[in-house]
Amino acid sequence: MLDLAADLPSVTSGTMTNAVVTTRGLRKSYDRKTEILQGIDLTIRQGERVALIGSNGCGKSTLLRCLIGLHEVTQGDVTALGETFTGLPAGAQKARLRRQTGFVFQKHCLVRRRSVLSNVIHGMMSEPGSWRAFSQMTAPEPWRQAALEALSWVNLSDKAAARADALSGGQQQRVSIARALVRRPALLIADEPAASLDPVSGNDVMALFARLCADHGITLLFTSHDMAHARSYADRIVALRGGRVLFDKSTATTTDADLDEVFRV
Amino acid sequence: MSNPADRMPPRLTRLSPLTFVLTMTAFAIVIVSVGQVAPTPGQLINGGPSMVRLVDRMMPPNLDPAFLSRIFWRIVETFQIAIAGAFIGIVLSLPIAWFAARGVGPFGNLGAFLSKAFISFLRTVPDLVWALLFVATVGLGAVAGTMTIVVDTIGFCGRFFAEAIEDSEKEPQEAIAAIGGNRLSVLFGAILPDVMPSLINTSLFALEKAVRSSVVLGLVGAGGIGQELKAAFDLFQYRNASTIILVIFLIVLGMEWVTDRLRRRVQ
Repeated sequence: MLDLAADLPSVTSGTMTNAVVTTRGLRKSYDRKTEILQGIDLTIRQGERVALIGSNGCGKSTLLRCLIGLHEVTQGDVTALGETFTGLPAGAQKARLRRQTGFVFQKHCLVRRRSVLSNVIHGMMSEPGSWRAFSQMTAPEPWRQAALEALSWVNLSDKAAARADALSGGQQQRVSIARALVRRPALLIADEPAASLDPVSGNDVMALFARLCADHGITLLFTSHDMAHARSYADRIVALRGGRVLFDKSTATTTDADLDEVFRV
Repeated sequence: MSNPADRMPPRLTRLSPLTFVLTMTAFAIVIVSVGQVAPTPGQLINGGPSMVRLVDRMMPPNLDPAFLSRIFWRIVETFQIAIAGAFIGIVLSLPIAWFAARGVGPFGNLGAFLSKAFISFLRTVPDLVWALLFVATVGLGAVAGTMTIVVDTIGFCGRFFAEAIEDSEKEPQEAIAAIGGNRLSVLFGAILPDVMPSLINTSLFALEKAVRSSVVLGLVGAGGIGQELKAAFDLFQYRNASTIILVIFLIVLGMEWVTDRLRRRVQ
């Protein structure tokens, strides 16, 4: 098991003055009847590691997707990495936004039949000449080098040529982390990255995540149902309940009673 | 307290009046059709001796070297028609299927609907009708046959490619979109690698179908070995005809064997 969490630097003591993400009165409904998000005001500063927690259906994943324009915002506005939008970001704005963002899903979402290296190179899709990121065969040499380096960060350089579906669940999630980091994004968003893994692999992945974000100065926003992960790997915990922010506290000041309240029926 | 047996659901579902009428109408259509166009036992009994006489005149197949040499080159042409037509058809099917795939294609639902309608049109017109049209436009010969196979292949592959694209795994597509990929990136980065076995499978079926079609296209003048078969029947050269029928049988059998093995490898 990797022991990377032990010496994570505390970002709260560093420079985290610039807001990387700001939402104002963010509302989201899918059918105009049920509001998933009911006015979210949130600010995430540069270098922070923020855990978004809440019970199933409280709107965590929806909020993450709204921040990078994967889902349309019904009302309110989002400013992410200097791009402000309501609804969906416009074409060029969306491209700029996603170029600076890495996204890791609960299920690794790799292309199973492609090699590990090709999957990491997919992280270059928003670069000019994106067609060359379709596969490692067509990618320019610097992209191949960057992908191999990203794989070394997750200790999978030796698996570069293997097919993605030949790897274990934990290894596949590490590949998806490498894919998200290959462009060295300013913001990394992870939607329950450890949920589909066993406890040991899940902990390894979270530790790796937090470590890499700290090493590369990347702002991290992740959702989790595991309170131990939130406590260990985040500087701040934002709890959602019923589409609203229940509390927004530093990890150090979050109590067990606060966490109990989040999942109270 | 009511008896639990009273709540037992019936073995047969009750038919609604509309379903009953539609079912009966369908039965009536089948019975009337069989009565009007299916062969009667008398016709079958009377036709039997004629069939025996025809088979007798076909035996033995003509194995004259000069004839076999002519047939060989016709077989080569038949394969060329099938391979060229299937290849061009498969290549053209890919973008058309992408346009037709709902929720994935670049032109939205209207573009998908129009593309699907176009594919359906190509598929519903029989290949011999397309062959007649192309013989009338580009003249007798292999080119008309190749164009027929192209159209037939688009009608076949277009539909199955589009369905495969629609059914492809959504998570990698979302991941590539989240990374910043456009629709083309999603197509080449996530969809095509995922559906490739299905595309190859369908393409092999299309090739097999193309070989079967190409052997009969000659009946309407669109090149290939079918032209020899028509000439043999027209000139009452039944021994030549039996040789050609045997050759067609071997070609189709061989093609099915090859594509079956290739399909198994792809799985």
